[in-house]
Amino acid sequence: MTDVLAGRDEAQMIASILAGNSQVFHELIRPYERSVYVMALSLLQNEADAEDTAQEAFLKAFRSLASFRAEAKFSTWLISITLNEARSRLRRKNTVKMESLDEPQDEQGHISPALLRDWREIPSEAVERQEVRGLLQQAIAGLPPIYREIFLLRDVEELSIDESAKALGITVAAVKVRLHRARLMLQKKLAPQLKQINPKKRRWLPWS
Amino acid sequence: MVIECKHVWDHISGYLDGTLDPEVLAVVQKHLEHCELCSAILDSTRNILILTADERVFELPLGYSERLHARLEAEMQSIVPKKPDGG
Repeated sequence: MTDVLAGRDEAQMIASILAGNSQVFHELIRPYERSVYVMALSLLQNEADAEDTAQEAFLKAFRSLASFRAEAKFSTWLISITLNEARSRLRRKNTVKMESLDEPQDEQGHISPALLRDWREIPSEAVERQEVRGLLQQAIAGLPPIYREIFLLRDVEELSIDESAKALGITVAAVKVRLHRARLMLQKKLAPQLKQINPKKRRWLPWS
Repeated sequence: MVIECKHVWDHISGYLDGTLDPEVLAVVQKHLEHCELCSAILDSTRNILILTADERVFELPLGYSERLHARLEAEMQSIVPKKPDGG
């Protein structure tokens, strides 16, 4: 998320928008379009809802731009608006059966990883395969929400631990604990599945 | 100091983030050198994080960006973001 930002002066852009050049907002948000969508999708689990929520989040950010404090990062502020929008939509949608956004009961419990004796590296090219993408998407979607959101912020959107804590409004210690659990849950679920990817299709992969 | 495998697992995330205290890091590192089980768990976790971070895992809907900017364009005209002084 940061490599495209070199040379951008976001404080200057925001000042310009507040001075009436609203067109600059298009440029301001361009690097974050993807993150906002992915974070909305992570909570809503539905593409149409995620897209609509992303639009609402950007509009809300525009409307409340004057309340943005320069000591925060614009991206962190924007993500936190997005998560709030997604949560309130989730509450409106799921009046009956709602996936709890609170910490699961076993928060303090120990998570054991999948035990394996050896691991053969799976190259990034494997993500080209629908089968592999599907496994990764399902495993992430299967995480309880508080683990899913920290995992996506930190490991997919690559926010720092501090930024993730700010975006979620939780402590750095809580970020570390949840992230650890999220990562081990994914390893537990995915390592056995990825190890057994249909061998017939291995010809598509460089290790064959 | 000797450490059991299950205690090493508690430090996998911190190990990957480079946030372990030097003493803990040294103990974990030493364990990893001779424990193929923990090494495989660490390698698979690292590998899985690389795969899940790949942009191809979550694809944006076709036309997402165009629709977003069109909606912003349409709605921003009627919104004046308030200035900090309220003016």
